[in-house]
Amino acid sequence: MKFVDEFRDTEKAKSLTKAIHQIALNLAPNLTKPLQIMEFCGGHTHTIFRYGIEQMLPDNIEMVHGPGCPVCVLPMGRVDDCVALAEQPDVIFTTFGDAMRVPGSKKSLLQAKADGADIRMTYSPMDALNIARNNPDKEVIFFGLGFETTMPSSAFTVLQAERENISNFSLFCNHITTVPTIKAVLDSPDMQLDGFLAPGHVAMVTGERPFDFIALDYHKPIVITGFEPLDILHSLWMVLQQIEQGRSVVENQYTRIVQPNGNTPALEAISQVFEIREFFEWRGLGSIDHSGVRMKASYAAYDAEKKFAVPNLKIADPKSCQCGEVVKGVIKPWDCKIFGTKCNPENPMGALMVSSEGACAAYYNNGYHEKETA
Amino acid sequence: MNSLLAKTKFSGKTITLSHGAGGKAMHDLIDEIFVAGFDSPELTVLEDQARFDLKDLTKLGNRLAMTTDSYVVDPLFFPGGDIGKLAVTGTINDLAVGGAIPLYLTCGMIIEEGFAIDDLQRIVASMKATADAAGVRIVTGDTKVVPRGAADKLFINTAGVGVIAEQCNIMANRATEGDVVIINGYVGDHGAAIVDARGELALEISTETDCQPLNYLIQKMLTVCPDIHCMRDATRGGLATVLNEFAQNSQVAIELDQTKIPIREEVRGVCEVLGLDPLYLANEGKLVAIVAAEDADALIELMQQHPAGKNSSVIGKVAASPQGKVILETGFGGNRIIDMLVGEQLPRIC
Repeated sequence: MKFVDEFRDTEKAKSLTKAIHQIALNLAPNLTKPLQIMEFCGGHTHTIFRYGIEQMLPDNIEMVHGPGCPVCVLPMGRVDDCVALAEQPDVIFTTFGDAMRVPGSKKSLLQAKADGADIRMTYSPMDALNIARNNPDKEVIFFGLGFETTMPSSAFTVLQAERENISNFSLFCNHITTVPTIKAVLDSPDMQLDGFLAPGHVAMVTGERPFDFIALDYHKPIVITGFEPLDILHSLWMVLQQIEQGRSVVENQYTRIVQPNGNTPALEAISQVFEIREFFEWRGLGSIDHSGVRMKASYAAYDAEKKFAVPNLKIADPKSCQCGEVVKGVIKPWDCKIFGTKCNPENPMGALMVSSEGACAAYYNNGYHEKETA
Repeated sequence: MNSLLAKTKFSGKTITLSHGAGGKAMHDLIDEIFVAGFDSPELTVLEDQARFDLKDLTKLGNRLAMTTDSYVVDPLFFPGGDIGKLAVTGTINDLAVGGAIPLYLTCGMIIEEGFAIDDLQRIVASMKATADAAGVRIVTGDTKVVPRGAADKLFINTAGVGVIAEQCNIMANRATEGDVVIINGYVGDHGAAIVDARGELALEISTETDCQPLNYLIQKMLTVCPDIHCMRDATRGGLATVLNEFAQNSQVAIELDQTKIPIREEVRGVCEVLGLDPLYLANEGKLVAIVAAEDADALIELMQQHPAGKNSSVIGKVAASPQGKVILETGFGGNRIIDMLVGEQLPRIC
């Protein structure tokens, strides 16, 4: 398939893998532990597992699967809020597909749907707006979820609703921001990471500059990375080159998509509609300052938090969960006490088991149920 | 298609509760739509059961095979098929993959009040055409009408009976090391066609369902390879699920070669865009067989001559370990384990 197969070429993969093994060999004498490279984004985690990339890497390079899966990091209380909104009379609640299965403290959206709530899966907030147009006697709520990648489409949809004066549409804004989250990971005392693959589609919106602090302040190499398997290998090679040469800068591997300054109209739409929250609660990571956005007061008419009574209760993560340590690379999924037993994809306890992009679900779904089988 | 159907006094009308009440309205509906539509001698006599001569059956083999399935697909009509074609094909295939020659089907219909009788007639005609093409007869049936909202338009249940020849022993636990895995064509067509037909995603693809009876193909396969070890049709849960069933039941590993699995460009495209995995997409006319390696060449050659097997190929092999696992060589240099799907396949956010 054009524009797909080129990025999955076996021969190119072989030569990149060879180059990666060579650098790992060069670095080996100076290493006291394996190099840990974090791919922040759940999309990268998905590609890594789908193509078996970890098995192609040398033993002294470990991938750490970061917290960049917006579905995984949804706290239970927020899912409860969604269920409460969806169960109000005359509401059509719309959401991206993989948010349907995230467990709340009582039920998931999938269970709420089975109990009779009108919950519909959409691929885009514009589809939700269309449902609002076609159902003027219903309130249509879109569950806005994701990092800077999906933020612009939510913002544009709100602006479009305003332009057309569609008053029965609102956004339940749970968008989160990348930089404060990476910073929280970097600031944690047990952090041992040596380099980063930065999320390519976030950078497509934000540009390269927001990632500068990782290279400048924390002296970690970081490469903005695309989502095809060759992108991942290429970026890993770029990170390793920086490590070998003792450099730490922001490099862009995903030049076919990411402009240095990002996407100006998208950034303008974001800043027109959204503002930073003081803090936002994450499943597995706790509360992180400035890690979420809310809608500005001028868009209150389209803000589900203003239009409806949202319970907004905090529900603590299950105590046995070790998602935070997995996310920071301190332990592997199978080291967690409840991995694969109490916590599995059918009955996820922790954030990382929730979506197929979460590290634990990826390990489990790819058959790594125990350490020995990997 | 409507114009080809016989005009009845029901044309342009809708189903009401009286069509399920046991009285004259129901009898008229059964006579004019079902008995006339299915047109089989067993049905025409209108006894409470169909009757078969055992002598005819024992000529074909030494065991009866029986199966049932219910069909609730939405929408009822989709590119390349409809619920009727599906209801006949699915049950025929469930018999056929066990090596049975399918002979007779039952048809139970649960109809929502208000359903258009023209649509019902179209569906009955489609069932009849599919059954005729596969050499089976619909011999008995039942009709229920439920109030609006108690069912979604139309549900169909079919049960089927067939006969298995004496030498045939197809079981999910018979895969052994060295065997090869065969599929009779492109995977994922039905799943992609249904996603498209639901119209929620504004896709513009021309993929049709692969819905087709497999019994004639399978009977041919058994002539060159009487000892097929395992065979199932890869319906809900797709190719991945069937192979997991074989791996677990046989306590073997199955190694798949991604580059050999036939997937249409369009279906790949749909999966790329929507974040779905074609190995888990439903099929309605695909069999997965495990046979001894030495039988594979002759079998593939024969299958490719049959319309239902034109794109047949060997897609993998059976290894001793890790037991119970299906492993995909990704074609990129790595491999991954293909597990059973936990719930429904949900599209990813980004």
